[in-house]
Amino acid sequence: MSTQLRTPLKNAVGLGSAKHGVHHFIVQRLTAVALAILSLWFIWTVLTLLHLDYAGAHALIAQPFNAVLMLAFVVAVFWHAQLGLQVVIEDYVHTPGLALLSQVVVKFLCFLGAAASVLAVLRIALGR
Amino acid sequence: MPATARPLSPHLSIYRWQIQMVTSIVHRATGVALAAGTILLVVALLALASGPDAYADVSAFCTSWIGTILLFGWTWALAFHLLNGIRHLLQDVGFGYLPVQFVRNGWIVSIGSFVLTALVWACVVAQRGGA
Repeated sequence: MSTQLRTPLKNAVGLGSAKHGVHHFIVQRLTAVALAILSLWFIWTVLTLLHLDYAGAHALIAQPFNAVLMLAFVVAVFWHAQLGLQVVIEDYVHTPGLALLSQVVVKFLCFLGAAASVLAVLRIALGR
Repeated sequence: MPATARPLSPHLSIYRWQIQMVTSIVHRATGVALAAGTILLVVALLALASGPDAYADVSAFCTSWIGTILLFGWTWALAFHLLNGIRHLLQDVGFGYLPVQFVRNGWIVSIGSFVLTALVWACVVAQRGGA
């Protein structure tokens, strides 16, 4: 009986662990830690925005401190959302074509959401 | 639907509900809800970037009854996902694995999410002048 668990093809091609097996786990935790901190700032900022008019709200987000944290927040949110939704789809969508399609759509939408948010924050911070 | 209908073990329908199951399922559900809610954040930022008229439209939506219900729901979803996420991060570094701690922390997270939501909305109501 062979003690070799890998197939001959696997040995020939030489593909094995690329040391990236925990990458998803690590990035999910990294963005989670960022969001745990940024969420508190976000809640505080939204509560401050409530009693400001348009000009006041614009000026608040245009401040470099708030603009930078808002950029960090939207990037971390969409990165984290995309990782989480990926796992939800992996667990619950089992039809091969639909699973792949929904994964691609989620990744694209998260990128578009992040890009639109970044553009908006940059326009607020730099424009006018 | 899987390509082949294989027999499945009866799981959710047969187990007694426990706090561990509730926090796990709600963490996923709130995560998906928050991802959807982020659309409003993107729209609000784009409106703030484009001008007072667009911002007034977003403000009108947020203060409408449907907007208020959605924002209240997303506040709770964020509070739960935040507190339960912190519980998960603490578990990732090795704290809170005893069953008694697990159950206690699950209840702290669940009750805490409502407390945090109430705190935030107390600020909202105070600023809106009771409206």
